[in-house]
Amino acid sequence: MKKIGAWFRDQNAYFLVGLAMTGLAVMLGILSFFWTPYGTTAMSAAERFHGPSLRHIFGTDNFGRDIFSRVMQGIGTTVIVSSLIVLISAGAGILIGAITGYFGGLLDEVIMRVTDAINSFPSILLALVVISILGRGKQNVIFSLGIVFTPSYVRIVRSEFIRLRDADYIMRARLMGVKKLRILFVHILPNIFSVFWVSVTIGFNNAILAESGMSYLGIGVQHPEASLGNMLSDAQGYLGRAPWYALSSGLTIVWIVLGFALLSEGIRRKQEGRK
Amino acid sequence: MKKKFSITLMALLLVAALGGCAGGKSPEDKSSAPDSTVESQGSTQNQTPAVDPKYGGKVVVGVQQDIDSLDPHKATAAGTKEILFNIFEGLLKVNENGSLICAVASDYSVSEDGLTYTFTLRDNVKFHNGKNVTAEDVKYSLERASGLLDGTPLISSLATIQSVTIVDEHTVQVTTGSANLELIYSFTTAIIPAGSGEEEGSNPIGTGPFSFVSYKPQEGLVVKKNPDYWQEGLPYLDEVNFKIVSGADTALLELKGHSIDLYSYLTDSQAAELANEYQILSAPSDALQAMFLNNKVAPFDNVKVRQAVCYAMDRDLINEFVVGGNGAIISAAMLPTLKDYYVDLNDVYGTGANIEKAKQLLAEAGYPNGISFTVIVPSNYEAHVQTADVVAEQLKAANIDCQIELVDWNTWLEDVYRQGRAYQASICAITCDMTPSYLMVRFQTGHKKNFINFSSAEYDAAYKKAEASMNLADKAKYYKEAQEIFVKEAGTAFIQDPPITIALSKNLAGYKFYPIYVQDMSTVYFINK
Repeated sequence: MKKIGAWFRDQNAYFLVGLAMTGLAVMLGILSFFWTPYGTTAMSAAERFHGPSLRHIFGTDNFGRDIFSRVMQGIGTTVIVSSLIVLISAGAGILIGAITGYFGGLLDEVIMRVTDAINSFPSILLALVVISILGRGKQNVIFSLGIVFTPSYVRIVRSEFIRLRDADYIMRARLMGVKKLRILFVHILPNIFSVFWVSVTIGFNNAILAESGMSYLGIGVQHPEASLGNMLSDAQGYLGRAPWYALSSGLTIVWIVLGFALLSEGIRRKQEGRK
Repeated sequence: MKKKFSITLMALLLVAALGGCAGGKSPEDKSSAPDSTVESQGSTQNQTPAVDPKYGGKVVVGVQQDIDSLDPHKATAAGTKEILFNIFEGLLKVNENGSLICAVASDYSVSEDGLTYTFTLRDNVKFHNGKNVTAEDVKYSLERASGLLDGTPLISSLATIQSVTIVDEHTVQVTTGSANLELIYSFTTAIIPAGSGEEEGSNPIGTGPFSFVSYKPQEGLVVKKNPDYWQEGLPYLDEVNFKIVSGADTALLELKGHSIDLYSYLTDSQAAELANEYQILSAPSDALQAMFLNNKVAPFDNVKVRQAVCYAMDRDLINEFVVGGNGAIISAAMLPTLKDYYVDLNDVYGTGANIEKAKQLLAEAGYPNGISFTVIVPSNYEAHVQTADVVAEQLKAANIDCQIELVDWNTWLEDVYRQGRAYQASICAITCDMTPSYLMVRFQTGHKKNFINFSSAEYDAAYKKAEASMNLADKAKYYKEAQEIFVKEAGTAFIQDPPITIALSKNLAGYKFYPIYVQDMSTVYFINK
């Protein structure tokens, strides 16, 4: 227990608040896989457009579905989708960034120009192109956004590898005949994580916003599965009649994104403090 | 000897009255349309004319889908026909009561054996290019549409026409191969200038109240007033812009921002949302909403599975959820509007859900653990999307897993309606004209519009008999028989005739609902303030 107390004292307010906000959201999302107060698609003609109450804390929608249950499912979907997007793009980013950064040369030039090309398109637009080729649906959103977000990680990882590849301890390792793969992923990689975590949390935020955006446009998560984006799009038609519908899904997005933003700021400050 | 059909005989033969010119009454009687009395049907709220209609002004009409062809003989989508109704007219035209009135023709008669139609052309009807309509143009248009020109009928119901002859410069005679009481409705086919077939697709020229100005794909179509229109005093508006608004949400935003003046196809809740800012009018849409089941693709190639789906759907609830209980539940391919042919078959599968029966049928069909399928829904129709949500939820109870796939309209046309037809199920609606055959002809085995691939020899036989019948009683009997066969086979899971609810800007008046799927802008005008 003492250890935990000490760990907490070591943190800053940004980190703690961010952790609490995202923690709560992620826990609700994970909980939704096992339990929600009501069925996420259970309809009730008698309970359409009920405002927030003790029975339905976020109210009900046009089909009489419990919005809180759907928000929970929406968080779950969004968190899973965003995690996979980050996993793909960060994974690819590390691999490509490490190789180009460490070895340099022609390969580096070519790959960097390709990432420049990808970067020069607005990310949502590029994802739309990929979707229009592959078709709608969750998997395709994950795949397309995974590709679209890769260049940002490549850049960060590459610049860190360039910074570290001529560091003394790497030179020594090289002289000792350590294998290249080991130098890349055992000697250098752990040392870039401080920078990397910040970009992962920011990237997570971008992924959440992009996924919500695409579901809002109707090309991401499909009916009747809930995602925060498609709920927001459904709610748009009832802004005057059932404002709680739009507010509950909209504010949930704000909550999660704000949480991750605080978290990443907290991590950044911690690392600066350490230096 | 040819004899003019008297009104009484026509009324006996066809349920929708063929008033107007047939009895020698001058069609000009009906010309000042806003002043003519409107026989309201059902809950249709046709607007009563104001004392002082104002001329001029521009109106933006929101439409839900892009246009599939500007050529009136090639257009198939209802969403295209609803717009082209303003540009083109046939020899005859349907009015707001569903009756035929004379348009390019001023009078017509049908021979006793029903094989020869003689049309007298109206004087001084002008095309939008300023030229008078001649018998030559009429001959060309009918020959083109019926396939006499190049062998492929563009409008299949006209395919029975054998020849079109010019009697004199004001008279055209049409001979058909077989007598068909419903054929007269096909003479609403657009009349276009002789030889203009190639150009109609890019520069449509007709005789309607509005002439074509421009069309931009995905954006919309603009028409302007036809100053030479034969109905005196019409139209009122100078310009109408049919703006394509994809998606109900976009439409709602546009309405709230007042960037469109008129929008049909509102859902119940949207109408409630707009009630303060717009005039909300409602009428039966005379379209048939259904979950179309592809009879050729598993699991719906099994009649028991199709029946199970029919049993598992709770159509009362769909009606309640999607259109606020204002729809009319329908079980067969016929609309209640066509009273003589309609037979109420709602009891066959019930309007509520019968889950036990559905499960039992699935088990008998060899699916004791239920089935799974994908339903394709055009995303621009909010009502269909919502229906899909409700249906998916209802079918769960019978162990039927229904995945919803939203597609844009053009994809739907390609994949479901025209070529692909490899889909499993689709929720959409088909529209109707004033003939009972329009909805039913397509379910014959191998018919080119048979997009559900329904196939039943019994049905084909009953339909053939209905088509050939020369008296109403027989016709009705066989049509009813065909409907019963179709429903027994559960060719498709019919849902309802949803109401059409429109939002009309508060300074507009004169809007008329039609029993067919059109938006007639010629009678709409601004109110003098």
